[in-house]
Amino acid sequence: MSKLYTGAEIVFKCLEDQEVEYIFGYPGGAVLPIYDELKNHSTIKHILVRHEQGAGHAAEGYARSSGKPGVVLVTSGPGATNVVTALTDAYMDSVPLVCISGQVPTHLIGTDAFQECDTTGITRPCTKHNWLVKDIKDLSKVMHEAFKVATTGRPGPVLIDIPKDIQFAKTNYTKFKKEKKLNGKIHNKFSEKEIDQLIDLISKAKKPVVYTGGGVINSGPQASETLKEFVRLIGFPITSTLQGLGAFPGDDNQFIGMLGMHGTYEANNAMHDCDLLINIGARFDDRITGKIDEFSPKSKKVHIDIDPSSINKIIKVDLAIVGDVNEVIKSTIKKINKKQNGLKDSNKQKISKWWEQIQKWRTKDSLGFINSDKEIKPQHAVKRLYELTKNQDTFITTEVGQHQMWAAQHYKFNKPNRWMTSGGLGTMGYGLPAAVGVQIAHPDKLVIDIAGEASVLMTMQEMSTAVQYNLPIKIFILNNQYMGMVRQWQELLHEKNYSESYSEALPDFVKLAEAYGCKGIKADNPQELDDKIQEMIDYKGPVIFDCHVDPDENCFPMIPSGKPHNQMILGPNDKEENKITGKGKSLV
Amino acid sequence: MPSPKSAYSIPTKKGKLDTHIFVVWVDNEAGVLARVVGLFSGRGYNIESLAVAEVDATKNISRITIVTTGTPQVIDQIKLQLKKLVPVHKVADFKREDKKVIFKEMALLKIVAQKKKIEKCLKECKKFNPVVLDKTNKSVVVQITALRREIDKMSKKLKPYGLTSTSRTGAIAMTRGAETFK
Repeated sequence: MSKLYTGAEIVFKCLEDQEVEYIFGYPGGAVLPIYDELKNHSTIKHILVRHEQGAGHAAEGYARSSGKPGVVLVTSGPGATNVVTALTDAYMDSVPLVCISGQVPTHLIGTDAFQECDTTGITRPCTKHNWLVKDIKDLSKVMHEAFKVATTGRPGPVLIDIPKDIQFAKTNYTKFKKEKKLNGKIHNKFSEKEIDQLIDLISKAKKPVVYTGGGVINSGPQASETLKEFVRLIGFPITSTLQGLGAFPGDDNQFIGMLGMHGTYEANNAMHDCDLLINIGARFDDRITGKIDEFSPKSKKVHIDIDPSSINKIIKVDLAIVGDVNEVIKSTIKKINKKQNGLKDSNKQKISKWWEQIQKWRTKDSLGFINSDKEIKPQHAVKRLYELTKNQDTFITTEVGQHQMWAAQHYKFNKPNRWMTSGGLGTMGYGLPAAVGVQIAHPDKLVIDIAGEASVLMTMQEMSTAVQYNLPIKIFILNNQYMGMVRQWQELLHEKNYSESYSEALPDFVKLAEAYGCKGIKADNPQELDDKIQEMIDYKGPVIFDCHVDPDENCFPMIPSGKPHNQMILGPNDKEENKITGKGKSLV
Repeated sequence: MPSPKSAYSIPTKKGKLDTHIFVVWVDNEAGVLARVVGLFSGRGYNIESLAVAEVDATKNISRITIVTTGTPQVIDQIKLQLKKLVPVHKVADFKREDKKVIFKEMALLKIVAQKKKIEKCLKECKKFNPVVLDKTNKSVVVQITALRREIDKMSKKLKPYGLTSTSRTGAIAMTRGAETFK
């Protein structure tokens, strides 16, 4: 008879077979058997966070920067409910997470036991799938299936709820064999005919634009290389969503900037006026489309996505190709090279006028701002940060708000997996724990969280985690004392009634940094900014950088509520003509 | 009714609503119905009726039949979203007007009345395969199978004759002919 293993041992056996190196977690009564087993598995390192939400975001940062699934371990009840925000965030942004939660013993389920909650019930709408393991014999199967569900198709979070008695129960374990066969939920069966149609549309287009999203990043680093080859081959302008930044080099001339609500003038106008729109791994999110009735009215639309339910959900498309982004573009390139060698040159002639138009839009310099030598402008701070860090491989995370948009606009990403931000759910407090996870995955790289002072206070406790594991993360706070994006909307939509968006009391971030055992730096005038940023970069440990910026600065350009792409507010002088009125005011 | 949503655009066109019947084959496991129903409520889709039961005890397969209304775009989304659920094996989608598919609902009607009136009731039910399940001097329980709107009509019609209680199932569906849905 083979050896019997406890549930807790099986959990680690599965994690080992899945080649998991790090788990982010927080112990508690219902997961103690698993924590007890930790010492026997030297290849798996546990990162102790300060709050379960931090564990979830750290695992997200780890997953997004490394391409591997993030693993979270929490206890029952409050442990599980605290991680719900991170699970929902991962679900919205398609990040592979495997969350293991403890549960009260099976005989106590349903009795309102201490620290009991209906974890699978609560997390059902915010995971791809979840399991309550009520029989020890199911445990290893469920564990391995969980990794498969989380990482295949469109990635996402999953949760396994393991009652405490199951962690103690014993059974045998058969070694896991990685399957090569893909399961039925993965769709990668696009046809040659669809590729032909795509090439036909490409060869006919006069005003094309490529619009890429996070799907390119999720398809792996190879997909970004393929995308580069594809876009260079066809010579089209390319724009990207917030999540897709880095898939195509941000400083390349064919890249026309981010699109959407705070996207560039040229990107949004190109979207509006184009005759062919090729969506690669993006989902026509409402921050992108603006008013859908007037979204890109004259274009043929192509949508390449691995998730069939993304297609025709918001925007009806003319050609849908369901499949892995890398595979689809690779086949397209192959076919173009094989059959239509002339396409390359004829394409570039055909669209030369379109490029002239784009150059005209570019001259508007929609990301421009009026700099000051008295106050630090937040855009200027991000620009300087970029200039001083662009020579090394830098990973950027952000919180949510104005600073996030300024980071997206002014920091140029040249490689995928370097940009971690909460886009779908818009979770304030995401960036700091995410930076912890990124630094774990890349211990020797520079990891910076571009933050706002309001967001960062939501998960500030994770600085303690960074100090414990010697993670030299840099928290670069654009401190304007306001919830900046809320303040901006109140200014533009609510007659400058700044209701509850000003923080009357803020901590002294330098002292706070020192209290956590890390370095604090403060900058409040533009002359000292560069030196202080350099000081932050050079410091070999975690830093909180308190950058005092102009509190009244707004994030432009902006597509106001209820307006289409070609009606943007470009800057402070422009907003009078473009007032948000009527129904637009009620929208988010 | 949910139409294409954008948080900051108000849809100006309202699509035509169709009634569709979805048949979903799922693993019969804990929480599977909650997953399916949660998908509908979470995304703002409609459920007009619902019928669930295990149909294959060896493979543990349950068959869920859901009647819903929506624009063609919404119907498409429902189908694709259902297919994404892990315990879902296959999803069939039929238009209510589809002549190739049989739809049936069952109802149990309790009529408390004088004999004469009961007789009249049974006569009215004749078209809908009535089966008398219980009979006393002043009451009868009759089972009928029919379409939703026919049962609606019957309930209305039989009220004056002493219909006191109605219990009905959701619609179930089956294709005509020798073919099965793959």
